[in-house]
Amino acid sequence: MSDTKKFLLDGKPVVFQDGQTILEAARQAGHYIPHLCWHPDFPAHGSCKLCIVKVGGRHVSSCAMPAKEGMEVESNTPEMNGERRALLQMLFVEGNHFCPSCEKSGNCQLQALAYDLEMLSAHFNHFYPNRPVDASHPDVLLDFNRCIFCELCVRASRDIDGKNIFALTDRGIHKHLVVNAESGRLADTDFAASDRAANICPVGVILHKRQGFARPIGERDYDAKPISVVAMEEVEK
Amino acid sequence: MEPIANSLDAVLEAVLSKRRRDPTQLLQILREVQEQVGYIPPPALTAIAAALKLPRARVEGVAGFYSFLHLQPVGKYRVLFSDNATDRLLGNLDLLGTMCQKLWVEQGKVSEDGLVSVDVTSCTGMCDQGPALLVNGRPITRLTHQRVNEICELIRSRRPLSLWPQEYFRVEDNIRRKDDLLNTVLEPGAALAAAMALGPEAWLGEVQKSSLRGRGGAGFTTGVKWEACRNAPGEERVIVCNADEGEPGTFKDRVLLTSYPDHVFEGMTLAAYATGARQGFLYLRGEYRYLLEPLEAALQRRREAGLLGQGIRGQAGFDFDIEIHLGAGAYVCGEETALIESLEGKRGTPRIRPPFPVIKGYLGRPTVVNNVETLAKTVLIALEGAERFAAVGTAQSTGTKLLSISGDCAFPGIYEYPFGVSIEQILEDCGATDVQAVQVGGASGTCLASYEFHRGIAYEDVPTAGSFMIFDTSRDLFEVARNFVHFFAHESCGFCTPCRVGTSLLQNFMDKLATGHGAKYDLADIEWINRLLKAASHCGLGLAAANPVVETLIKFRPAYERRLQSLDFAPAFDLDQSLAEARRMTGRDDADAHLSSVEAHR
Ligand SMILES: Cc1cc2nc3c(=O)[nH]c(=O)nc-3n(C[C@H](O)[C@H](O)[C@H](O)COP(=O)(O)O)c2cc1C
Ligand code: SF4
Ligand code: SF4
Ligand code: FES
Repeated sequence: MSDTKKFLLDGKPVVFQDGQTILEAARQAGHYIPHLCWHPDFPAHGSCKLCIVKVGGRHVSSCAMPAKEGMEVESNTPEMNGERRALLQMLFVEGNHFCPSCEKSGNCQLQALAYDLEMLSAHFNHFYPNRPVDASHPDVLLDFNRCIFCELCVRASRDIDGKNIFALTDRGIHKHLVVNAESGRLADTDFAASDRAANICPVGVILHKRQGFARPIGERDYDAKPISVVAMEEVEK
Repeated sequence: MEPIANSLDAVLEAVLSKRRRDPTQLLQILREVQEQVGYIPPPALTAIAAALKLPRARVEGVAGFYSFLHLQPVGKYRVLFSDNATDRLLGNLDLLGTMCQKLWVEQGKVSEDGLVSVDVTSCTGMCDQGPALLVNGRPITRLTHQRVNEICELIRSRRPLSLWPQEYFRVEDNIRRKDDLLNTVLEPGAALAAAMALGPEAWLGEVQKSSLRGRGGAGFTTGVKWEACRNAPGEERVIVCNADEGEPGTFKDRVLLTSYPDHVFEGMTLAAYATGARQGFLYLRGEYRYLLEPLEAALQRRREAGLLGQGIRGQAGFDFDIEIHLGAGAYVCGEETALIESLEGKRGTPRIRPPFPVIKGYLGRPTVVNNVETLAKTVLIALEGAERFAAVGTAQSTGTKLLSISGDCAFPGIYEYPFGVSIEQILEDCGATDVQAVQVGGASGTCLASYEFHRGIAYEDVPTAGSFMIFDTSRDLFEVARNFVHFFAHESCGFCTPCRVGTSLLQNFMDKLATGHGAKYDLADIEWINRLLKAASHCGLGLAAANPVVETLIKFRPAYERRLQSLDFAPAFDLDQSLAEARRMTGRDDADAHLSSVEAHR
């Protein structure tokens, strides 16, 4: 018994193994910490910052911070959720998210988190960036207007598909995705709809053609249950 | 450095083979291709990617990250005005306006004949001799209207840079006060000899005893860092000298690299001796490209003297050499993990820490990253001993500090002081009168008002990486803060949400206030964004990005309130402003073409 290590998450003890991050240990123990760029199949990325928690008064990214014995972690508090809501608002205003007309509506993690964290308005002024759509590929559409730069497509294509279809270019607020072709068109790459990268986007950028709005309202991922519940059910599977 | 109309293939082949088709050299390859071609055309990206066996998209991503790399033609002459707050004091925007007018070019665009482009860039480290600009990467200092007119003539007559008056390109050291470091004459190898007489452990012990702390900003104890690297598991160790010097208003590393290169390189070799590193890098900011050849020559002299290479000073097994990598216009690459990414030929995005570079740095190897001045200081410790070194300064801040002083004073330049020196004393020495505020530590530092001038420069009081910018009572500190906010928005790497979006939001708020459309409500939002940046940023850039605003808001609030509309809320959407384009298209600017006057008529 002496070698089980524990930390406290919002006052509740969480058992962890060495090398686990706060988020991983919490998830294993059935506690949801919001996240967007983190994915169980990949190492932590640490860019969206939705997973921020407070440890001993200091903010850390729970997806990247190794758990330590005796830590006191604050996560599901009005303060942390307030900051997460503001980060979501930032993600909404920097892109063009017209949820009612988006094929991903109801299955989108960004939208689902916004509901779960009770984000009622965008609060900040919209940037309305000009981000062209790439419809060149026969089976897949890229609508960059909704990209949140989680780099899951970049990582999946590189580490699982071995294709390196996507990369980021430029920087700051001008950062954007490019595809691996001199023409800049997805059709000129070897991307396939069966690639892992084609099936990992948490928002509505990488969309399969001819399948829009296939699932009726009421049967979509986050229609019946909030993301905090759905995400934990996935762990149990 | 003149763009030469050379066949692209020949240029590519020469650069690629010189760089051994090594993917870690990607940034250097892109830079060198651009130096010869003027920009990096899309087929060049494809060819480079193929030669390095990298995905093309990744090469494009790296090229797109650095502001000095161009994927489109930028003109035969590429003029970039340094746009630090101190350049503003000296009227740089006025000079830029003049140049654009004379050359018939719009700021940020290429002239129609493809001859020239004129734009601004972040601080180029010439604040003591500004206003300054870079033309095709080469600095021109002490700009005046006359000089700008002459430059326009030279550009119009397509005179090659090599035939421009050499006087333009003179960069002064402006050393105004010397103390222990700047007074030390180093016989190359002498400090190494002293350390080698002690042996690596005892030498490391000496550095620890000196309590030397990093001069690059964070103030980490150097001996502790070296020991951690020495003890980290791994075969290969690496020493990196951080000469990115991007913090606005800092230029002391430039002076050390110009006139004390042996101190710096010997310091790196001393670090290698203590840690067992065999590989060294100097990461030189792109703005200091002109120092590359003299620094390479200094390295060559040291190799010939047996102070670099195999068996240093005749000791078998003491092998260490130094390679210079140039940056390409990215302040964030001064952050040590972003710097390492850049050294590896990648986008300069800060890594997740832990692991820290001393455990896993360059190519996963234990890596020490130290500032230029920190490394130069270790030479003093070797020559004079830890005790002598620690006798200067304060208990928590031993030794001296180089300050880069600029702004409103009679004698801008480099001042070396023992730690603990008061702001008052410094202001007196540099001939600053009627001072309203001093920005210590650069844009990410702290803004001191006159009631704080009794405070001292030290890690435990007012810490600084060396920038010291003075603003007299005639200056508008709101505009200074706005300049810094633009700097951070431009330099954000864009990796994490709070900084990528927050710095741009902040910039928009400051611009809204500047045009007189701000309201109290906006000040509350600014404070909220500051909190998010502090809470959630991935690196020190985002963490500090709102400091200039928050501090001036507290200490110089009238500068903001003067600009507020009396109401609590003003929409960001300005109907009159949105009619500006219609006015421009119709060539009208009379009273009736403005919304306010229409309203007044009612
Ligand atoms: C955004 C940012 C920019 C930085 N720029 C520099 C720089 O230009 N030069 C430097 O020495 N350190 C810079 N630093 C600090 C480095 O990360 C690192 O702490 C330093 O190089 C360590 O050297 P030292 O211990 O000798 O100070 C920067 C840090 C941040 C967060
Ligand atoms: S396209 Fe989707 S998966 Fe890729 S970075 Fe953008 S949001 Fe993430
Ligand atoms: S804080 Fe800014 S500069 Fe640092 S990682 Fe985040 S986006 Fe990049
Ligand atoms: S989930 Fe941790 S930063 Fe995105």
